Amino acid sequence: MIRSNYLYVFFAAFIAIAPVFFPESVITIVNYAGLFGLVSIGLILLTGIGGMTSFGQAAFVGVGAYTSAYLCTVSQWSPWIALLVGVAIAVLIALILGSLTLKLAGHYLPLSTIAWGLSLYYLAGNLQFLGGHSGISAVPSISFFGIAIDSGRSFTYFVWVSVGIALWLSSNLLNSREGRAIRCLKGGRTMAAAMGVNVPLVKLKVFVLASVLAAVSGWMYVHFQRFVNPTPFGLNYGIEYLFMTVLGGAGFLPGAILGSGIITALREWLVEYLPALVGQNGNYETVVLAVLIIFILHRAPDGLWPLLVKLLKIQETSKFSEANVSTDVLLERKNANHSSGESLLVLEHVSKRFGGLLAVNDVSFKVKAGEILGLIGPNGAGKSTTFNLLSGVNPASTGKVTFLGQDITNLQSYQVAKLGMSRTFQHVQLLPNLTVLENVAIGAYLRCDAGYLKSMLHLERDEESRIISESIRMLKRVGLDKQAYTLAGNLSLGDQRILEIARALCSDPVLLLLDEPAAGLRLKEKEELAKLLQQLRKEGMGVLLVEHDMDFVMGLVDRIVVMEFGEKIAEGLPEEIQNNPVVLEAYLGSVD
Amino acid sequence: MDLTIAALLTQDGVITGAVYALLAMGIVLVFSVTRVIFVPQGDYVAYAALTMAALQAGKTPGVIWLLLILSGMASLMELSSLIRTKSTSKIPKAMGLYLGIPVLLAGATYALASTALPLFFQAVLTLTLVSCMGPLLYRVAYRPVASASVLVLLIISVAVHLAITGLGLILFGAEGSRTTPYSDARFSLGPLQITGQSICVLLATGLAIVALYFFFTHSIRGKALQATAVNRVGSQLMGIRSNEAGSLAFLLSAMIGALSGLLIAPITTIFYDTGFLIGLKGFVAAIVGGLFSYPLAAAGALLVGLMESFSSFWASAFKEVFVFTLILPVLLWRSLRTHHSEEDEE
Repeated sequence: MIRSNYLYVFFAAFIAIAPVFFPESVITIVNYAGLFGLVSIGLILLTGIGGMTSFGQAAFVGVGAYTSAYLCTVSQWSPWIALLVGVAIAVLIALILGSLTLKLAGHYLPLSTIAWGLSLYYLAGNLQFLGGHSGISAVPSISFFGIAIDSGRSFTYFVWVSVGIALWLSSNLLNSREGRAIRCLKGGRTMAAAMGVNVPLVKLKVFVLASVLAAVSGWMYVHFQRFVNPTPFGLNYGIEYLFMTVLGGAGFLPGAILGSGIITALREWLVEYLPALVGQNGNYETVVLAVLIIFILHRAPDGLWPLLVKLLKIQETSKFSEANVSTDVLLERKNANHSSGESLLVLEHVSKRFGGLLAVNDVSFKVKAGEILGLIGPNGAGKSTTFNLLSGVNPASTGKVTFLGQDITNLQSYQVAKLGMSRTFQHVQLLPNLTVLENVAIGAYLRCDAGYLKSMLHLERDEESRIISESIRMLKRVGLDKQAYTLAGNLSLGDQRILEIARALCSDPVLLLLDEPAAGLRLKEKEELAKLLQQLRKEGMGVLLVEHDMDFVMGLVDRIVVMEFGEKIAEGLPEEIQNNPVVLEAYLGSVD
Repeated sequence: MDLTIAALLTQDGVITGAVYALLAMGIVLVFSVTRVIFVPQGDYVAYAALTMAALQAGKTPGVIWLLLILSGMASLMELSSLIRTKSTSKIPKAMGLYLGIPVLLAGATYALASTALPLFFQAVLTLTLVSCMGPLLYRVAYRPVASASVLVLLIISVAVHLAITGLGLILFGAEGSRTTPYSDARFSLGPLQITGQSICVLLATGLAIVALYFFFTHSIRGKALQATAVNRVGSQLMGIRSNEAGSLAFLLSAMIGALSGLLIAPITTIFYDTGFLIGLKGFVAAIVGGLFSYPLAAAGALLVGLMESFSSFWASAFKEVFVFTLILPVLLWRSLRTHHSEEDEE
């Protein structure tokens, strides 16, 4: 078993002594691996973890490179100021492109990155002030506090220290409040929004971050090469960056270094030895690399890093555990208690239409503080649709929804969450590769405010400790604390539902929406759940419960609303509902 | 710009648009059946054009070597998977398909290459050779990961494209080729000069579209393909083999790609790597159709063709910038119109 930290120290030592022992040709490979690795780190965040595939990163490398080349030769600026300008331009372009294209769903996004990647490339090749296809030459080298970074060897340190910093910052970010939100982008966006994450904004931020890393890499590249032309910023390189990332392991930061190292070295060696082997010139290296990528993706779709972890038994120590709690201060309550009986949520004549289908028709009811309202009805009655329009997933077509006196009919999911409503899902929405504890912590998103900068520099330790304590407290409350460090994907379905409740509670809601929480629970677990909900009711929380298990509902709730075919057919106390002829007909059919 | 030039540009745009329309249809077909975004679609164009040129020059087309390599790999993979699943009785048929046909074709081509075949037979031979690549590529690169995410499939597509282009340089050399036109006729229609070649292109495109339409609506295999496109699991439950559907989709798309190559080869000089940009423009067109609709894709292709020919007149250096920037608003519009749930992407 190897601790991952030792591996990193070992690798850093290797880089530190490399310039002393290795010949210039190896040093060049090491340098390029670092430059490409920097771009690849951005892609790991963007594609591997954020789920947004980009073929266009090379264009951002080009933005950084060209800006500095132009400013340092034509305007004679210092490379350091040029760096700032280049990054600023990259951010600007990323903001424009991102706000245009990140809304694109599924495969539209990667295709659009191909498109703008190509456009920027052709633009660079055809703008005369950037030197057209022949580019700009005689770019000066960088000097760092008087030390000229003009040799391959000095450049190694410069590049790899930057890579190290980038890795440190990214790893801090991923292990923070914002990082957990980023991890939700792939496969948990609806859930993230319900926990108060502004999903489009997070996407945009990650995109900007990735493009900044690419621009910085481009800036270094141009001062290492000392000249620039459009070729390295075309689509081919954009593709290669993605190859490196996927090969190394797109979901893991070390994968960036692994992938860029392997591809850079392999390409270099293939270019050198293949022609001799095959006996003629041609771009054999591209063919071999491409075939290799196909082969590896067939065998290991997650890339090489997970394989390496298994092979060397590398152990990653998670920072997110009780052992790192450094403060006794509790997380501040987000919402004030509401006195029992106060109306929390009011639906007035709400309807939802999907094309010709009227899924919810003219439904009105109230949920009060300190009560559990059961929403029941046969399958297809519109209960889940009602849930979605309450919580801002799908806004109502007509009618009005008021929460704590505020009209929330047209608010987005994350805005509704901010007001103090939290929910669980009929189909559980968890991040299966994170621990139970980390999943619960997503619920605390709205109760803290550490942003990207603070998280990257790891200055939010106190806040993180408080989140950990609070998450543990919630896990204890629902009885999952023994499994705090198992991966959420390994829990049974029933426990996953309970985990969702803990996550919702972690956001300190005023109103809790539970979508079939008892499905998949055993009798004992159902009793525990009922006890918990009764406790919450006593504390003044409002609970809206969709459930099919009548024994569970009847013994627990204060009032019941019955829906059928999108309409409310009855409302009243459990005993009234049990004897209501309309309800009986809906469930059992009429007598005649 | 006067009317004559506008008419000329329109004609030009319509013809290239027709070829893009074919490619777009191939891309839509493959995507809807297999979820593979088939980046190498344009490479078929280059391979077909260069194979045709080689045959016309009396040389052995390099594509047969690629066919042999692919066939070797495919039959090995097929053999090992059949032995592993203990279905040895299926081996003869599989070997016939994956080894027999390609080897026979390659051998026949090798023997016939130096004889001067009539133009029509050259075209048919080219079409057969390049079409053969489709199912082989599917077997070698895609079938082992048929259920992987769209992203993994996309990256494999990009890798396949790089491999094919790289091999293209080795197999066909770096020189570009242009083939003899199918028709030298010219007509004058008012100010407009119409070449027989452009009529050929439009006619062939039209025929291909009609043929595909009938295939999808009137044959059981075509309907099976459509069923797979609409609902993969459902059609599997109805007894449609998704692997066979995938092979068929790849065969058809390769045929379409080869046909486009044959049509465009006499008009423009084709290099081993020309296919990529042509294919990408087919993509832009396919995306206009949302990767699902054939008629919309064809309309998109016309739009791309026209944009390209007009922008090459006004600002030829920026013509690619125009075409590829066009895709952004279109993508946005598509994305806003299609309802997309998260579960679709996994």
